[in-house]
Order: sequence, then C-alpha cells, then structure tokens
Amino acid sequence: MPNSLVEIRKLTKKYTLSSGLFNPQKRIIYAVNNIDLQIFKGETLGLVGESGCGKSTLARLITRLDKPSSGSITFKGENIFSYDKEALKAYRRCVQIIFQDPYSSLNPRKSALSIVKEPLTIHRIGDKKTRTEAALEIMAKVGLNKEQANRYSHEFSGGQRQRIGIARALVLNPELVIADEPVSSLDVSIQAQILNLLKDLKNDYNLTYLFISHDLKVIQYISDRVAVMYLGKIVELALNSDIYNRPLHPYTRMLLSAVPSCNPQKKKRMMNIKGEARAEKEEGCAFQNRCSYKTEICVKMEPRLEKFDGRSFCACHLAGSI
Amino acid sequence: MPLLLEIKDLRTAFDTAQGRLNAVDGVSLKINSGETLGIVGESGCGKTMLALSIMRLLPANGRIINGEILFSGRDLLKTSAEEMRALRGSEISMIFQEPMTSLNPVFRVGEQIAETIRLHQHLPAKEALALAVEQLGEVGISNPQKRARDYPHNLSGGMRQRVMIAMAMSCHPQLLLADEPTTALDVTIQAQILDLISGLKQKNKMAVVLITHDLGVIAQAAQKVAVMYAGKIVESSAVEDIFAHPLHPYTQGLLESIPARCGQSMERGAYLKTIPGSVPSLYNIAPGCRFYDRCSFADKECAGEEPPLAEIQSGHFVSCWKYSAKKNN
Repeated sequence: MPNSLVEIRKLTKKYTLSSGLFNPQKRIIYAVNNIDLQIFKGETLGLVGESGCGKSTLARLITRLDKPSSGSITFKGENIFSYDKEALKAYRRCVQIIFQDPYSSLNPRKSALSIVKEPLTIHRIGDKKTRTEAALEIMAKVGLNKEQANRYSHEFSGGQRQRIGIARALVLNPELVIADEPVSSLDVSIQAQILNLLKDLKNDYNLTYLFISHDLKVIQYISDRVAVMYLGKIVELALNSDIYNRPLHPYTRMLLSAVPSCNPQKKKRMMNIKGEARAEKEEGCAFQNRCSYKTEICVKMEPRLEKFDGRSFCACHLAGSI
Repeated sequence: MPLLLEIKDLRTAFDTAQGRLNAVDGVSLKINSGETLGIVGESGCGKTMLALSIMRLLPANGRIINGEILFSGRDLLKTSAEEMRALRGSEISMIFQEPMTSLNPVFRVGEQIAETIRLHQHLPAKEALALAVEQLGEVGISNPQKRARDYPHNLSGGMRQRVMIAMAMSCHPQLLLADEPTTALDVTIQAQILDLISGLKQKNKMAVVLITHDLGVIAQAAQKVAVMYAGKIVESSAVEDIFAHPLHPYTQGLLESIPARCGQSMERGAYLKTIPGSVPSLYNIAPGCRFYDRCSFADKECAGEEPPLAEIQSGHFVSCWKYSAKKNN
C-alpha cells in the first residue's frame, strides 16, 4: 500500500446564499459534499469536473485557505484544521499552489525575481544573498534566464508568466503542489511546454501533485489516478488507464464522449449529451436528470462511492452493468 | 452550393503607441452557403480581427487598408455605414466568446432578442416578442415563455450562449460568424452548442465561420479549415485533409502538441511534442517566413522571402517553401 500524504475524511463545505429582500428563501449550496479522498505520496492525482462542481473549493480547503463545515483533512497524520499559527506556517511551506490565471496571480509591481524570492522572505529562509541564489536557481530550472529575472510580469508572455508562478510555488521545496487549472489559459503549443515542465519537476523534486483541470486530455496526459467530481461529490475514482478505457460512471462516459476528437471521421457521438450540472431533486442520484440509464432506484436512493473490481471506486447503482 | 463570401487580400492595420501593426495581413478566402469554415490559430494570430473586419466593427484604432470582402457579390468595404448597419444582424450575424459581456444585464433576454427583430423586420413590439420566444424554443431552451422574462444573470453560461445564438439567428442570416463560441463553456455544454449550431446551419442553409483555438472543435464541426499564424493564412484545405496530412510545419506542431491526440492512448511518461518559442511580435515582422525561427525545417531560403500560399494538392493550400518550386531555382 502506498503512503498516503493527505487524507480527506467526510469533508463538507456548504455555503448559505443569504436571503435578500426579493428572495426570501435561504439556499444552502454544498460545494464539497461528504468527500473521502487520499492523495498518495509521489503520485499525480487528477481532479476533473465541470465548472461549479467544487474542484477549486476542495483545493482551497486542502491549502487551508478556507475552513470546512464538517469533516477533516490530515496531512502526514495530523489534522490541518487543528494547527496553531506556527504549525500552519510550516504546513504552508509544504503545500504550495499554482494558479490558473498567470495574469492576475502575479504582482505587477514586482520583478520576476522578487516574486519568486518572496516566499523565502516570508518564511525567513536564508539571508538576502542565498535567497537570490535559490530563486535564480529555480528560475533557471523552469526555463527563465538571468536576464529575465529583473523584468516585470507585463513583459512576459502567458507561458512565461506561468513559469514564474511555478517557480514561486517550488522555491520553498514543497511536498504537495496543488495545480489549479495551470494550463487552461494557455495556447496549445505553450500548454505542451508547461505540461512537460511540470512532469520534469515532479521527478526532479519528488513532488506530489493534485492536478485540477476541466480538460480530460490534459488530465489523461499527466495523472496517475483520476477523481471525477460532480456537484460536490466524487463520482468515480480510478487509475488513469481505467478511467479512459473502461469508465464506469455514466457521467465519466458523458464527459469523455463530449471531448471533441481530432479525427474528423469520428463525428458520431456515442452518447446523448444533455442538460447542465444542476441538482433538480433532493432525493436520489444527483446525476439522474442527465443520465440516460436512469432506473427506479436512482430516483429513490443516492448511490455511494463503492469499490468495484477491487481497484476502481464508483458512485452509481448500475456500475458494471451498463 | 453557391459562393457566399469571398475575401481578397484583406489587410487590417492598427495604429498603436508602439507603431503600426497588421493584425490581418493579406488574407484571402472563400465560403460557400451551407458550409462551415473553421479558422484556427493561437491567441494574437488575427482570427478575431478577421471576423470584425468582415462585420466592419473594428476598434477605433483599427482600419482596413487593403482588399475586398465580397458578400453575395457586393463589396462590404464599399457599402455605406447605413447599409452595413442594415446587413448586420439580418444577413450577417456574429456570436462572441463571452456571452455574459455581450448581453445587456439590465434588459430581459426576450426583449433583447425582440429588439433585433424589431429593427430589421419592422414589426410591432408584441409580434417581435412572440417571435423572440419562438426563437428561444428553437435554440433548445425549455419553457421559452418563462425564460424570455429572465435577465442574463439568471441564466447559466450555456443558456446565455443559447440566447446569443437565438439573437443572432432571429433574422435568419446567411452568414454566421462564431468567435470562440464554446471556449468559456464546459465540454458537455460545448458539445450541445456545437450540435445546435450545426443543426441550425443545415436547417437555414447558412454559412458559418467558426473561429477557435481548439483543433478538436474544428474536426467535429467544420468542413473546411484555415490555419492562421501571425496575421496570415498558412494552410487551408478540407477538414479531412488537414488532419490526415497536415503540410505546414506549424499545423503539424499544433496537432502534435495536443495531449492524447485523436484519442490514441499516450505512452505513459512520454513527452509531448512542442513548438519552441512563441508567436512573433507583429510590430517588426522580419522578411521571410513568419514561422522561420520556430520551424525545425527552416533553412536560409526561408529567412529571405515570404512563401506564397500555393495549391499543393487539389484544394489544399499551404504557404511553405518546403513544398514550393522556388527552392530548386
């Protein structure tokens, strides 16, 4: 059994939409709904789902930028929500995040070097000289040269900015890197450069990735295991090859068949893709309004995430029989 | 199918603080009725400016300095502003990437669609609204009567894009310009919107210019494709040809940098192929091929003179010295 680095247990985060003058009803949204998940040391766990399914909320909870409504997350056996100030700072050193938008996540008034150096200053690591050395070293590693170090972020292209963001995340030598849609805003030729870079860095620094994306092709390329999220829940969790070769959940299948293939001969889609990610009923499976396999039980009972075939997990009453 | 739109040697220039640049630099293309032409390229290659040139809706610092845009035989660049206004929305329509910013947040969506109908078909408000509701049903919005009274913020991204399409289609245009219509949407919604556009296209026998950076979308939705790079078309052909035999090194690079291309399973741990460098700045275009410094086939000749867009096989055009005769001279 591989070593688990992060263990998420029964994690729930709900938001209450306040009742307004014109909207007397209070609504509760479960952004993350009773999730159990492990991240193993050294793996890349891909997290995929449509917008609004709770991927980023989960990332915010793991990085402790937000507190859960219930449930726990343990990092190396310690509950991260019971950390005191000191321990939290140490935790933040181990867990770093790469953001989606390389335009808004870099301070426009700082040079690339000082952006990358800042985490070292905050955590009081080394002195002025060693900080600069460490920052330049990691910048070289991600493909930024010395001449570029003193430039400001507006002088860089999107791909280069994302390299700065990656250098900033890695300068503290973290164990877990959460990459929240790191290539979504990049052109495909640049996206490939960044994906290759992330792959290299993982090997060189023994990193563990939680890689969040809505792009199934990117997830397929980078992940070891894949978790599929739908409306705050994990509906399927399996090895990369299993997800793509024998998807169990009807939602996973729908996602896969919606990806436009680069083969113009294959224009026919296997599945009927309908509806939007929105729960219409409180009872039963959250996916029932879009599912083409819906039966009686799906309306009455909510399926749980259960083991299938000894290795995959799937939350569907009909898993394996469809 | 008859020829609907022909663009000849179009050049669109921008005057900026850093000098002048040609966002569209000598583009020629043809679109027949009932056909979808996909235009693909990376950000900044001039795709959107090409579409805005056709609509004559360029930003204030942009202007068309050369070329012809023949729509049903008539040159759009010579029509008056008033005639152009009558054409927009009735014969040529456009939908944009971000449906939230293209809809007016303070008007109900039904009214916004009805406005287009009122303006172009000169119908009384009530009839126009009834047609707008009908149009909403046409684009697959359930309960259109009720939805017509919603404001844009009540609707999801996919629904807003459907409203935009309803608005664009409300006067049955002959040409629809769709600028990254599905980029902001999830894959499942994207699939639905692409199906909707292609269904409407067949029903109304209109032509569609589909602008996207996603080659997968092109493969699924277009019949012809033009690849743009730094303001120029570098390759164009039928969609099957370009995916089976991409000729231009840029097109080849684009296709190879897609993870899990064509659903083929990737070898685990393998590297993606990349195109080195990035798109050149349009301010100081060097003579010679624009892809020169990123191309692995480039040699001295490529730096000297720009390759022409030449027909290498029937219907397959490419602008690369690798295929042109000049090299041998």
